Amino acid sequence: MNTSRAHCEVSLTVNGRPAKVRAYSMERLLDVLRHQLGLTGAKEGCGEGECGSCSVLMDGALVNSCLVPILQARGTNIVTIEGIAQGPRLHKLQQAFLECGGAQCGICTPGMILAACHLLDKSPRPNLEEVREGLAGNLCRCTGYMQICEAVLQAAGSEAGR
Amino acid sequence: MSVPRKEGRDKVTGQAQYIDDMSLPGMLYGATVRSRIPRGKIINIAFGSGVPWDEFVVVSAKDIPGQNCVALIVDDQPCLADGVVNHPEEPILLLAHPNRHLLPKAVEAVSIDYDSLPALFTIEESERCAEIIWGKDNTFKTYLIEKGDVDSVWAKADYIVEGEYTTGAQEQLYIENNGVIASFDPEQGITLWGSLQCPYYVHRALRKLFDLPEEKVRVVQTETGGAFGGKEEYPSMIAGHAALLAMKSGRPVKIIYDRMEDMAATTKRHPSRTRHRTAVSREGKILGGEIEFTVDGGAYTTLSPVVLSRGAIHAGGPYDWPNFRLRAKAVATNAPPHGAFRGFGAPQSLFAMERHMDRIAAVVGRSPVEIRKRNFLKTGQTTTTDQTINEPIDLEGLLDRGLALADYHRKKDRFRQENASGTRKKGIGIATFLHGAGFTGSGERYLSSEVAVEVCADGGVRILVSSTEFGQGTKTVLCQIAAETLGLLYEDVEIAQPDTQQVPNSGPTVASRTVMVVGKLVQSAAQGIRETLTKSGSLRDGYSREEFRDSCRNYVAQRGKLVSWSRYRPSEDVFWDDEKYRGAAYAAYAWAVYIAEVTVELTSYSVSVNDFVALQEVGKVLHPVLARGQIIGGVAQGIGYALYEKVSWQKGRMQNGQMTNYIMPTSADVPTIRVYFEELGNVHGAFGAKGIGELPMDGPAPAIVNAIEDALSVPFDSVPLLPEVIFEKMIASSTNTSSPIPNGVR
Amino acid sequence: MRSDPAGYELVAPESLQAVVLLLAAEPGEWLPIAGGTDVMVQYAAGTLSARKLVSLWNLPELRRIEVFDNEVRIGAGCTYTDIQRHEVLRREFPLLTTAARWTGGIANQNRGTLAGNIVNASPAADSLPALLVYEAELILVSARGERRARYVDFHTGYKKTQLAPDELIRTVCLSRQFVRYLSNARKVGARNAQAISKVCIAALGRVDQGVVEDIRIAVGSVAPVPLRLLQTERVVKGQRIDHHLVLRAKQSAVEEIRPIDDIRSTAAYRAAVSGNLVAEFLEKLAGSVSEA
Repeated sequence: MNTSRAHCEVSLTVNGRPAKVRAYSMERLLDVLRHQLGLTGAKEGCGEGECGSCSVLMDGALVNSCLVPILQARGTNIVTIEGIAQGPRLHKLQQAFLECGGAQCGICTPGMILAACHLLDKSPRPNLEEVREGLAGNLCRCTGYMQICEAVLQAAGSEAGR
Repeated sequence: MSVPRKEGRDKVTGQAQYIDDMSLPGMLYGATVRSRIPRGKIINIAFGSGVPWDEFVVVSAKDIPGQNCVALIVDDQPCLADGVVNHPEEPILLLAHPNRHLLPKAVEAVSIDYDSLPALFTIEESERCAEIIWGKDNTFKTYLIEKGDVDSVWAKADYIVEGEYTTGAQEQLYIENNGVIASFDPEQGITLWGSLQCPYYVHRALRKLFDLPEEKVRVVQTETGGAFGGKEEYPSMIAGHAALLAMKSGRPVKIIYDRMEDMAATTKRHPSRTRHRTAVSREGKILGGEIEFTVDGGAYTTLSPVVLSRGAIHAGGPYDWPNFRLRAKAVATNAPPHGAFRGFGAPQSLFAMERHMDRIAAVVGRSPVEIRKRNFLKTGQTTTTDQTINEPIDLEGLLDRGLALADYHRKKDRFRQENASGTRKKGIGIATFLHGAGFTGSGERYLSSEVAVEVCADGGVRILVSSTEFGQGTKTVLCQIAAETLGLLYEDVEIAQPDTQQVPNSGPTVASRTVMVVGKLVQSAAQGIRETLTKSGSLRDGYSREEFRDSCRNYVAQRGKLVSWSRYRPSEDVFWDDEKYRGAAYAAYAWAVYIAEVTVELTSYSVSVNDFVALQEVGKVLHPVLARGQIIGGVAQGIGYALYEKVSWQKGRMQNGQMTNYIMPTSADVPTIRVYFEELGNVHGAFGAKGIGELPMDGPAPAIVNAIEDALSVPFDSVPLLPEVIFEKMIASSTNTSSPIPNGVR
Repeated sequence: MRSDPAGYELVAPESLQAVVLLLAAEPGEWLPIAGGTDVMVQYAAGTLSARKLVSLWNLPELRRIEVFDNEVRIGAGCTYTDIQRHEVLRREFPLLTTAARWTGGIANQNRGTLAGNIVNASPAADSLPALLVYEAELILVSARGERRARYVDFHTGYKKTQLAPDELIRTVCLSRQFVRYLSNARKVGARNAQAISKVCIAALGRVDQGVVEDIRIAVGSVAPVPLRLLQTERVVKGQRIDHHLVLRAKQSAVEEIRPIDDIRSTAAYRAAVSGNLVAEFLEKLAGSVSEA
């Protein structure tokens, strides 16, 4: 195995800042974020794209970073949970999660908030059903989802479904 | 009041540090070589080619300095198998390497030859004792609970109703897998960081494994991504493994399971079988009855005696049993040991009880509502263990309120009409139940929990407990309690990270005891602070928050530390007889009425829950958002238990150990769950609170299965109830011409 | 994560042509990977036998949808999200866009591609029955040129396809002749979202003067390949839909399929539900008659 071919340099944007990583081409975006870039907000809950706790935004699209080889993220714009807040000010979704009890153990929370961001970006005033569908790829074992949905609806400013 | 979660900001910003977010310099990664057979002798271990073995650290049972066991109750479970294995996935060897990517291949390259022995996989196989796999008769524990004279009731009964009810295993499925980091120093001893519920359980287990004194083991809980009991006893095992590798290598070692390993190798809810035989009067009053309650404990004892105990004590439900006999047993099979999971035996026996109540109703010809009302415990009556219910609980009133909230009667009538045609059948079902908070019987006395509150230099106070946060709100509510007790703001109170070097042993974070029992100790420890400050003259009666803070600052500046301790003192009026298994089993019960509305869609035999009412009396709600969150989360897990979460076993090994194939509900599967509380107070709990963490696990499965029977007029006595099972039974019952009322005699 | 990244090589050529040349130079050596929603799962589980992979992700030639007068051409690199969003597809090929909405969760729909699903060839894939009833055609490309193949011939057995070692799917072509058909798609999975199907059905029908003029039914997860129920279609075509016909069609469907017991479900359940889904479709079709 020719190892110099297996390593690659990948330039991408992460949370608005340029990043350059050197990694094996098949290293998972999740692992590069966590180990090379120190962004441990994305979590590995299942490694098979089922739980969504590794979710990040890639060029505005919600993806499971455990299923993205780093080479395919070359030149993309990645947003992780660490990039959601505006400095010391929390994003309205983060604030709503705090107020509504959307986070219990917190392990699904980064992915869940990003999924909610993605939903509100596509659908700014969703109803409860749409929120449920939009978050259906993010598993939460603690909350039973209701307080998460309420947080999203609150952040969206819509009282629909409450 | 719903104050913001203490550690909430870190959680929503991704700053919270879970164990896999952490590393230490020079750290190695560890992995476990596990048994591929359910039972047998290890004949040979070979290390295959293609792996740079000289770079690996290898640990076997021979490396264990102390006792090769995972200390718990009976200590029969080895930390590493030594010559024999008793379940698939049993740990045999440990490997460590700096590059975590080399470990999976290395694990695969270890080939182990076994002499297989016959193995047992079900309760029935275990009972038959064709093979003895544990002890003398495959039985970990038995209990006998007796009250009155049950043998005399059969002759007087108008009906004798029998039923057998079974529940399957359930995986806790915390989204964060088990993980720890261990470091070992020949002088200092072991430090262990990890995702866990009970730092002192791990502390005790490591002491025994390494034969170390108390001060040479330090256990620190890191942010824990869900637990539900699955990290009550299991972490002692993985901690032992990491610590052994750390000892042998001289480097820190991290072990994190991936999902497949965690599902296949760690504990699950005990499968159960409950048999009821009940003598009932013409009016539907229970005259007496016998229950046989059996749980499958897997290959080693672990916590099965305690799970069995709780299940046995709850088996009679919230009903008056004038005459009663319960035989409970926990049996061994060659599966990975089953363990703690929210509810801890009660979801199993209460499923049976609540299904059985509907069966009694059908036999006697009365409604599920009438039957329950006729048998509910009233104040002054005694439970099956002869505990007098002293509080003014009005279960009939509670049920009526639940029925009104669920619009039960109107819906039941409407569904009966609508079900006459079409492929969608609707039903509505009830479960009424109770859940005892705190450790059973003399458990709290035995734990002798201790709590401390100390004064901080900045004028606030800090709580020192070993009780852990894993989403349920420990940190938040304990700080609230201290703040309320002292007249401080919530922001004035901190809580230390559970670190056995820093905090006393306030007992394990289990059994719905944290707010109620530990909270009460926090209250009294906080009061101790106030007393000392008052006695020292620096605090007047009717002080303000600012005055209190000044007083603290001054005390620390002048005199140094101020710590107040509080230790659990058993209450005089709560007495339990461990020999006869009678008396006050729990200091407090929470009571509940759950009502589920379902639709069964006959094209696919799929069940959806459309509406769910969860009404419970909980003493006092200290934090509305958190309390509601606990109920909804528990109900969601209960829905999974009832309809989705099947563990597929093959020869003791879980076959569907991936999230793709082990089905837990998504946000599209959980309906709106409507939560309501009542508050009767509780003298034994902080500010009158009762424990509620496990309560919501007990009701959903029977309420849902009762609703399904209401929809289809076909009874089901087992969970998980998958569409395939509904399909098979409906086909069978449509070709069966016998009476639809099952098992009624006389 | 049970694979060592050091043991794998992924390359991402900038053009389809470059990919095709690579496959020609070393046929069978390079596994194409698009969105990775199948390949990366195997990789993480340690069961991916391929060691060299070539990325098709985001190649512009593959990630476009073209509308012609008589057909719509979906590039092989179109994701399930791309498919759901396309107006013509939504209007004229609702079976496909509906299936796209059911395939995994949103994050997987943003990455999973139709062609990836076709080549992965799981009989449980939600969108494959839709392709059968729409009589999709595939344009396959290699260094040797392009060829057009009927999708119905593409699966040769369980997880096996016609694809040559140096070939790729370039386009999925759908003929625009189904606008006036009634369509019905249904998926039965273990839960409401993000579930592998136990049974799924895609069906089209056209009724004229009460008589079934044309009918196409395909079912997934009931055979080693996605299955078009040709025998059942023959039973129904040219007939009036009444209770008796529905029963005969149901019976025929149950005979035609070859479901198995597996980790997700049972053969008996799949058979019964398939029959029920066929009946449900026919009843819907019959109901549409009275609306005319």
